[in-house]
Amino acid sequence: MTYLAKPRLHHPELPKNALGYTRRDYEGAISTLCAGCGHDSISAAIIQAFFDLDIAPHRVAKLSGIGCSSKTPTYFLGNSHGFNSVHGRMPSVLTGAALANRDLIYLGVSGDGDSASIGLGQFAHVLRRGVNMVYIVENNGVYGLTKGQFSATADRGSRSKRGAANNDEPIDLVLLALALGATFVARGFSGDKAQLVPLIKAAVMHRGAAFIDVISPCVAFNNHPGSTKSYDYVREHNEAVNRLDFMPEREPIGVEYPDGGTSDVVLHDGGLLRLRKLDAGYDPSDKVQAMSFLEAHRARGEVVTGLLYLHADSDDMHAALQTVDAPLNALSDADLVPGNAALGGVNASLR
Amino acid sequence: MIGAAWNGARAFTATSGPGISLMQEFLGLAYFAEIPAVLFDVQRGSPSTGMPTRTQQADLLSCAYASHGDTRHVLLFPEDPRECFELGALAFDLADRLQTPVFVMLDLDIGMQDWLCEPLAWDDRKTMDRGKVMSAQELDAGRDFGRYLDVDGDGIPWRTYPGTHPSKGSYFTRGTTKDRYARYTEEGPAYVDNMQRLLRKFETARALLPRPEITNASQPATAGVIWFGSTGAAMAESLAELERRGIHLDRMRIRAFPFHDSVAEFIAAHEHVFVVEQNRDAQLKMLLVNECRIDPARLSSVLHYDGTPITERMITREIAEQARLFVPGLGFQRPGIRKVS
Ligand SMILES: Cc1ncc(C[n+]2csc(CCOP(=O)(O)OP(=O)(O)O)c2C)c(N)n1
Ligand code: SF4
Ligand SMILES: [Mg+2]
Repeated sequence: MTYLAKPRLHHPELPKNALGYTRRDYEGAISTLCAGCGHDSISAAIIQAFFDLDIAPHRVAKLSGIGCSSKTPTYFLGNSHGFNSVHGRMPSVLTGAALANRDLIYLGVSGDGDSASIGLGQFAHVLRRGVNMVYIVENNGVYGLTKGQFSATADRGSRSKRGAANNDEPIDLVLLALALGATFVARGFSGDKAQLVPLIKAAVMHRGAAFIDVISPCVAFNNHPGSTKSYDYVREHNEAVNRLDFMPEREPIGVEYPDGGTSDVVLHDGGLLRLRKLDAGYDPSDKVQAMSFLEAHRARGEVVTGLLYLHADSDDMHAALQTVDAPLNALSDADLVPGNAALGGVNASLR
Repeated sequence: MIGAAWNGARAFTATSGPGISLMQEFLGLAYFAEIPAVLFDVQRGSPSTGMPTRTQQADLLSCAYASHGDTRHVLLFPEDPRECFELGALAFDLADRLQTPVFVMLDLDIGMQDWLCEPLAWDDRKTMDRGKVMSAQELDAGRDFGRYLDVDGDGIPWRTYPGTHPSKGSYFTRGTTKDRYARYTEEGPAYVDNMQRLLRKFETARALLPRPEITNASQPATAGVIWFGSTGAAMAESLAELERRGIHLDRMRIRAFPFHDSVAEFIAAHEHVFVVEQNRDAQLKMLLVNECRIDPARLSSVLHYDGTPITERMITREIAEQARLFVPGLGFQRPGIRKVS
């Protein structure tokens, strides 16, 4: 495999966002994934979301682990710094990066093997610490990169390409994220961009740990009858509980939906989330209800998607640690070095 | 630590042998992707959980060559709390300058016990060395940026912090092989080119690191002794006692790995050299033989590794006995390895 430089042809009439960037400015190198891989659709949704949000691409840091999913940061936001770390341990690298500079936006991209198998411990801690980030798992139920072994999110009884049944209970990362204290939890489907883009936008604007589980079929190893992560299966069993619209503050608000089942949530920066309820009984601010709803539907083989839980005025790790407002990586000698006089005090205290 | 350092903050971790073992893969990543990192390894006894509250110097090899593939790391060896402070501060400058992990190797006896030492001191004129970091202004001025480009010939490339510039200087950090512009490649020549540059960087490190402390015996001596870390206090007493018994040894206290050229010169200048260390396998001796291409027969070991701090009595007894075997004029001149009881 070689690195492909993507031709940057800027058409003068390409639409620009408020910062003057075109969609092209949010793209990366040409993908080397299999044609039809769900992960490429998620990259496209990420590109769309950041373009729409008018975020300068270089103000985003994108971090990943190892896997086909973790390769995707090369394929979007080409002017952002990226970090392809080690298998299952993107969360600790992201935590350190987020501590060092609170002014950037952190996007963690991982796979179900990366996060639910080898990286389960790290997954837990980055959520419970409330690291301000968007954490996306591109969930295909297999280790795509290493040729399709079942991962820990594969459903019991689902069949491999060769027909073998999976005997182990699946880990539902959404349920786990709820239990671990993530303050924004959603599930999307790579085949439904209209649902996914607003979820990503809302997650970016959320302060605290935002987790999105995106079912993302692996066309090479897990898209056959008998799989519960195939395009066909997910389309048939997709239970969307709501639809989300994200509106930045400056846009006029006033869209009304005919069914009247909408609710608005104002975010920290004044942006507005408008939720259209598809399931009248689902309330994403009620964690306990969300957990039993999810578990009941999971048992029936349904894939519940949408914004599943939101704690709108959450805080993040920096608030908990009471760090200074300035990014830690910008602190100077004057801020960091107390000098010999202060050291004298330390010496005296040790006598 | 690795994420924070990648993002331009100074970061460290304090650990002991099990932590070093656990984090091998990350250490290889930091070496290969060239991320500054500072680790304080408080060396305790034994493999595995072993003697978690006892002291040894047994992590030299596991730190010097930590992680799979061809790797080599920078180690510093303080001898007491005062030097922990000095070398600890220096480790951050070295890590930023060299863009690689730097291990401060404490012995548990230094890390966990109360010590008498000189007061800590700080030179207020000192400023942090953040190493080669390219700014937005430099990028705008048209400086070529290749994350793994050896612009200055010292093996150390330039880096940028994330978020620096809207269109220049971004790059992808990865553990996979890459070319000088940080682009993924599995081409053999690009791999070799990068590994050779890492060796040049290691040579640069050799000259930057704290030099060994060398002192002469009170009389011209044909033999010498080498030690490091917490052995210092017992060593000073032992050298005085040995002199009283007519055994004169030149001395070298090693303070860093990779070894400064004066380390090999010291060994070459003596017919026999004792290496005193607190582990079973003579790990410092192995490093000396391996890295300085020294005939192992020129070195003999004094090894203490029962978990207690090394004593003057033990060192004196061992050197006095071995001196009879190895040092001309003091007994037999028969090369060989002596077993230590
Ligand atoms: C420590 C370690 N163990 C195993 C591997 C091999 N490996 C590479 S990717 C992968 C699984 C990836 O699965 P997932 O995260 O689901 O990504 P996908 O390819 O399915 O998108 C494994 C096991 C590795 N790179 N490192
Ligand atoms: S192997 Fe599967 S996950 Fe990997 S690129 Fe191909 S389709 Fe996507
Ligand atoms: Mg997978």
